[in-house]
Amino acid sequence: MTADKVRYQTSDEVDFVIIGSGAAGGILAKELSTNGFRVVVLEQGPYLTENDFSHDEIKVLQEDLLTNHPKLQPNTFRKTPGEKAKPQRALVYGRAVGGTSNHFTANFWRFHEIDFVERTKVGAIPGSTLVDWPITYADLEPYYTKVEWEVGVSGLAGASPFDPPRSKPYPMPPLPTKSSGVLFERAARKLGLNPFPAPMAILSQPRPGRSACINCGFCLAFGCEVKAKSSSLASMIPVAEKTGRCEIRPNSYVHKIELDSRGRAVGAVYFDSRKNIHLQKAKAVIVSANGAETPRLLLLSASSQFPTGLANSSGYVGKNLMLNSGGISLGVFDEQLNDYKGFAVSRILHDFYELDPQKVGFYGGGGLDARFDMTPINFAAGGGLPPDTPRWGKKFKDTIAYNFTRTVEVFSHGTSLPKEDNSFSLDPDLKDAWGLPALRMTYKDHPDDIKLAKWLNEYGLQILDAAGAKQKWTYPIEEQQFAVHLLGTCRMGADPKTSVVNADHRTHDVKNLFLCDGSSFVTSGRGQPTMTIEALAFRAADRITALAKRGELSA
Amino acid sequence: MQEPDRSNPFDRRTFLTRTAAGLSAAWLTSQWPAMVSAASHAHAAVANPAAAKFEFFKPEEAIEVEAIASRNIPSDATPGAKEAGVVYFIDRALVTFASDSQAAYREGLQEIQTILAEKFPGAKKFSSATPEQQDTVLEALSTSKPRMTSSRRNRPNSASQPFFETVRYHTIAGFLIDPDTDRRGNKDGVGWKVIGRENSHTFQAPFGDLDKNYPGWQPVASEKK
Repeated sequence: MTADKVRYQTSDEVDFVIIGSGAAGGILAKELSTNGFRVVVLEQGPYLTENDFSHDEIKVLQEDLLTNHPKLQPNTFRKTPGEKAKPQRALVYGRAVGGTSNHFTANFWRFHEIDFVERTKVGAIPGSTLVDWPITYADLEPYYTKVEWEVGVSGLAGASPFDPPRSKPYPMPPLPTKSSGVLFERAARKLGLNPFPAPMAILSQPRPGRSACINCGFCLAFGCEVKAKSSSLASMIPVAEKTGRCEIRPNSYVHKIELDSRGRAVGAVYFDSRKNIHLQKAKAVIVSANGAETPRLLLLSASSQFPTGLANSSGYVGKNLMLNSGGISLGVFDEQLNDYKGFAVSRILHDFYELDPQKVGFYGGGGLDARFDMTPINFAAGGGLPPDTPRWGKKFKDTIAYNFTRTVEVFSHGTSLPKEDNSFSLDPDLKDAWGLPALRMTYKDHPDDIKLAKWLNEYGLQILDAAGAKQKWTYPIEEQQFAVHLLGTCRMGADPKTSVVNADHRTHDVKNLFLCDGSSFVTSGRGQPTMTIEALAFRAADRITALAKRGELSA
Repeated sequence: MQEPDRSNPFDRRTFLTRTAAGLSAAWLTSQWPAMVSAASHAHAAVANPAAAKFEFFKPEEAIEVEAIASRNIPSDATPGAKEAGVVYFIDRALVTFASDSQAAYREGLQEIQTILAEKFPGAKKFSSATPEQQDTVLEALSTSKPRMTSSRRNRPNSASQPFFETVRYHTIAGFLIDPDTDRRGNKDGVGWKVIGRENSHTFQAPFGDLDKNYPGWQPVASEKK
């Protein structure tokens, strides 16, 4: 099976080198190789398959089977640019072929029309660099549909009165309704809200080579053994490889984009697994390394031509980081819900997608969902227990014994307003295991984000109350210091002074360099960014294909 | 190859195969053997019951660690840390993912002896003290209580914590780890049984009490009619 996979020499000038094989990289690889181009995908992590996945919580959560390694890749954190950043694990992302799409929760709602035009609609917001996208929902709609059909999304079209227009229904019905979904739906309707079946990038029906979800319960943070979760690994990479034109090269850690004297990208420089350095030549370079590693790579690629970082004439590389705000309320019920079975989410609501700032006193919006996304150890070690639970002994044991099958989370996810100070940059002191400057995260939520998170969290408690929770509590909303959604750090825009890429994902400064992943986002939506990352990737592939066919990349 | 687990008629491989057979055959491609193997490979790791051998602890240390774990998750009407073989999990942890906690255990065990000697001069060893005495000692040991915040709850950091936090986390992990791993914890799945998690990796709806008789999603308007 592996014999007919294409292998290129680093000296072969392929059409595209794509850095990263995740949600965006996987789609770009599939689309461009299908369109006839020769593609090399450089992935820093290993090429794991379903056989390597595991339900071992230690292996996955402590030993980072699928994710970045804090020991090899330490990072630092600070709240504001004036401070000295301290070493602290501040972000997690997928580090394997398939990237973060291997282990995501798979909530796959589309952004709404408002997400692309917030600045026009609400005006300037003090303390925020909020601007409109250079594209609209209508531009992206065909590509959202493409994600749903090609990658595989389960859902029910028309179930939410707040959904944006769509050209086609979902390709398959929603996943089964969990007990958490039933109680959430009943309670939300009691409160006059509009809960609906959650759109999930998990198969409710089998597809060729992929099983429908078998409800194993090890979903968030874990890889799917039966390819039901619509990761790039399960859905896109196999198609790309089957073209015979796409090579996925794992354990290849890109640390520089090489330029020629004319300022054009000629390829990507990477360490192989033995730390030998190679240059993969290509006619064009696409960086889909995620909202942290993409800007880091540009900053690492500073040169005499680009002294402040490659493609950084705007100074915006790494800036405007958005994480999505949100919180968790939890409840314990009399009934045995057994929500540990299955995927995480079966019901959500979008009634608060566009809150009226005049009424609530802040800008933002969000969604609420009912879920249980905790595996046994992480539930009992602290993630899922009421705050007054004794930490050990008989009462601790009795609580985990009773609560595990009866606990539900109401999860809220909302806006992060962009701020220039929130960023990924290079730490001046700390180095990774390859001797390269480590990521430094600077983040302090916009005050409106905190207000929104509190507001949504309170509503989560109301829903739990209306659902008849016997006990309910919430985690306090605090300023975020840990990033999962990595958005906005090389934002898209028409103006080269205030953005890094244009609407084609082409950098303003380097004609054959493209960036496509969470870093391209202009606003944060209301959480759940992967669906939009993937729609952008499908669209970018179309734009890049058109440019290449017009000969604009080699000119 | 290993024998199916006779004690569990719904072992992973059997159950997965059964469930799959009930599905459309459309997805039965060349991938199928790989999928079955993926779901069953972990099971092989614990095919033969682990011999009671320690890789890190001296036997006398193991007795003390087991006593500590047993006060964290006691055995009563249902199995506790002892029955789940938590001490074997911790022993292997200390030569694998938690090897940087080796010193913490050696020092922690001494600290426990010190506290015991201060509070109960007659008591010889923690393991031979009464449960009440043991709890008093552990109470004194557990002075630090770091708070778990929502954003980090998926990735607790067990290193660089006070000993009590380390042994507490390891006890919970050893009690609730997927028994189909080679971590030597959650022996026979007793930890999962205690918390009500069926020892399977394939489930079908209905899952719980509330979705059992749920009629299916209906638009709000039709409900009002």
